[in-house]
Amino acid sequence: MKDFKLFYRADFLLGMKTIAPVIVGVIPFGMISGITAVENGLSEESAQIMSVVVFAGASQLAGVQLISEGAPVLVIWLTTLMINLRFTMYSASLAPHVQLLPIRWKAIIAYLLTDQSYALSVTHYAQYEPMENDTGYAQTSQRSMPPTPQQKAAFYFGTSVTVWVVWQLSSAAGIFLGGSIPDRWSLGFAIPLVFMVLAIPAIKGWSTAGAALTAAILSVIAKPLPFNMGLVVAALAGIGMGMLIERSPLAQSRQPPTDHQTKDK
Amino acid sequence: MTLWLTILGMGMISFALRFSFIYLVGKFELPAIVQQALQFVPVAVLPAIVVPAIAFTDATLDLSLTNARIPAALIAAGVAWRTRNILLTISVGMVALWLWQWGLELR
Repeated sequence: MKDFKLFYRADFLLGMKTIAPVIVGVIPFGMISGITAVENGLSEESAQIMSVVVFAGASQLAGVQLISEGAPVLVIWLTTLMINLRFTMYSASLAPHVQLLPIRWKAIIAYLLTDQSYALSVTHYAQYEPMENDTGYAQTSQRSMPPTPQQKAAFYFGTSVTVWVVWQLSSAAGIFLGGSIPDRWSLGFAIPLVFMVLAIPAIKGWSTAGAALTAAILSVIAKPLPFNMGLVVAALAGIGMGMLIERSPLAQSRQPPTDHQTKDK
Repeated sequence: MTLWLTILGMGMISFALRFSFIYLVGKFELPAIVQQALQFVPVAVLPAIVVPAIAFTDATLDLSLTNARIPAALIAAGVAWRTRNILLTISVGMVALWLWQWGLELR
């Protein structure tokens, strides 16, 4: 039980506080996934169990759709793989922050990984790290010491446990209360809004803006690709564009003439 | 039985993808170019989720003004850019969507 030393209360609470506004978008998403599952003929128990076992909204929506169409299991699994491929990018991006933690903590971190807690956690960690790209002197820390891996994990758990609990409760609400929410409320629109709020603070200069714009345009062009491959293609193109701009003279010349090497000490 | 197997498989695949690099990193050093690429993951993936969700109705591209999600998203993006306030952005975005839809119904 000495792992409880990992439990850093202040960071956990800060994580909860940071994720709180995002929860507004998780609730309709969870409810929609619950409603869709039951509407597509899954039993109430299997719909709820899917929410716990898979815990990934977009692939759950696609999954129940395919199950109701009687698609082959392999097609369903392949679709899950494609829709959730972005998690490997999140996993790689989060990995350096958690690499010193015990393996079973890493496993729990992985199980709880979502777009929301990923985006807010890396944004939180980045506040304490000097950046070498066009963000220049991004040192806006609220406290002087950078967080330890345990504190980073505690912050992450604050965000991700909250998302998990709310996801399960809102799935259950969708499953058991059913379609009593009128379609015309368009609650589903809260989902892209949340992703948008997560993306915008990460745009800080030419390279990140170029990455976002490229991914946005490509996501429309590549949308017809099967198995949601459009998302992966667009994301890779955006990443490529960001790297190109960062290596170009445009980004170099924008590098502030700075004292940030000395300031960070 | 097949249903449980399907769900279990979906869960295992999702977990494997999430665990992949968290498990692997530390076993070897990530090349610098990969580390550079990783910085761009959030700014590339998130817009690629958002834009189709706004611009497409079912599977058709709909860039007309009768697609209320477009003006609502633009207004919300403005609010997000200026205030960085998540709750305010979602509220303004939802209200803008409802007002636009209401306006369309009145026409």
